Amino acid sequence: MAQAHTTHDGSHGSYQSYIIGFVLAVVLTVASFAAVMTHALAPGMALAALGVLAVVQIVVHLVFFLHLNTSREQSWNLMCFIFAAASVVIIIGGTLFIMHDTAINMMSR
Amino acid sequence: MAHEATMSPLAHADDHGHDHHHETPNVFGFWLYLMTDCILFGSIFAAFAVLRNQFAGGPSGKELFDLTNVGIETAILLFSSITYGFASINAMAKNKTMVLVWLAITFVLGLSFVGLEVSEFSHMIAEGNGPDRSAFLSAFFTLVGTHGLHVTCGLIWMAVLMVQMMGPQDLSQRMMDKLTCLSLFWHFLDIVWICVFSFVYLAGVM
Repeated sequence: MAQAHTTHDGSHGSYQSYIIGFVLAVVLTVASFAAVMTHALAPGMALAALGVLAVVQIVVHLVFFLHLNTSREQSWNLMCFIFAAASVVIIIGGTLFIMHDTAINMMSR
Repeated sequence: MAHEATMSPLAHADDHGHDHHHETPNVFGFWLYLMTDCILFGSIFAAFAVLRNQFAGGPSGKELFDLTNVGIETAILLFSSITYGFASINAMAKNKTMVLVWLAITFVLGLSFVGLEVSEFSHMIAEGNGPDRSAFLSAFFTLVGTHGLHVTCGLIWMAVLMVQMMGPQDLSQRMMDKLTCLSLFWHFLDIVWICVFSFVYLAGVM
């Protein structure tokens, strides 16, 4: 019924695509918690693992839940997202860079 | 987009017969709002990243955070994402009763998330570890509180939509747009939560 009706409608998803996204999200979330709670990794490595897992999970959510894709109909949505993501990277990266430099030059740490 | 913008909402309503569902300008406009919200959260995350080690002699994340609680909150939000997804699928199939059922389940999940967060916050404040304790805690409460406030707004919006959908009328194109916008909002908040549990809670206890 509903599945058959919506499977080929890529922009709004089907039961199948939501469940695939959900399973992937659960696996990635459990991996993040395990990386920290099992103490299997050194802190630096664990932080790197958290970063990678978070980025992958964000992509999973964007594709399976927010239905962002590279089709023509979505091109403006995708372009706006890329611009916003670049802005966020510049804001966070730039802030950390400047504040780290300031801390070093002010000898505050 | 220009072509879409010139079409009236009524013209869209006529589109129904076709299998391919076009996104209306309203949904794109809401997407733009979400992108600005993305930058708002980016700024708060930047502030948190700078202040994460400024404990001022107060407790660190290691002493404060209960990962079991965070795990439960994460599971609840993830479940609420998929239940909203099922509501969206039923909305596409014009099955209004099932949309209401899935929205109600999503609402309960969202409410329990907010409940857990409020109890976590009130515990911390009762023990003297409120936002005034240290720069780290100010940044923590600002960041996690802003996300919680968004979820609360999403819940109010969801309740309003459920009330508007009750009654004998069919799902209108206008209502479909509202459901799509709230769906984007809800899934977006789950994405923000990924960053919160990864970089605030999990990184905070290491």
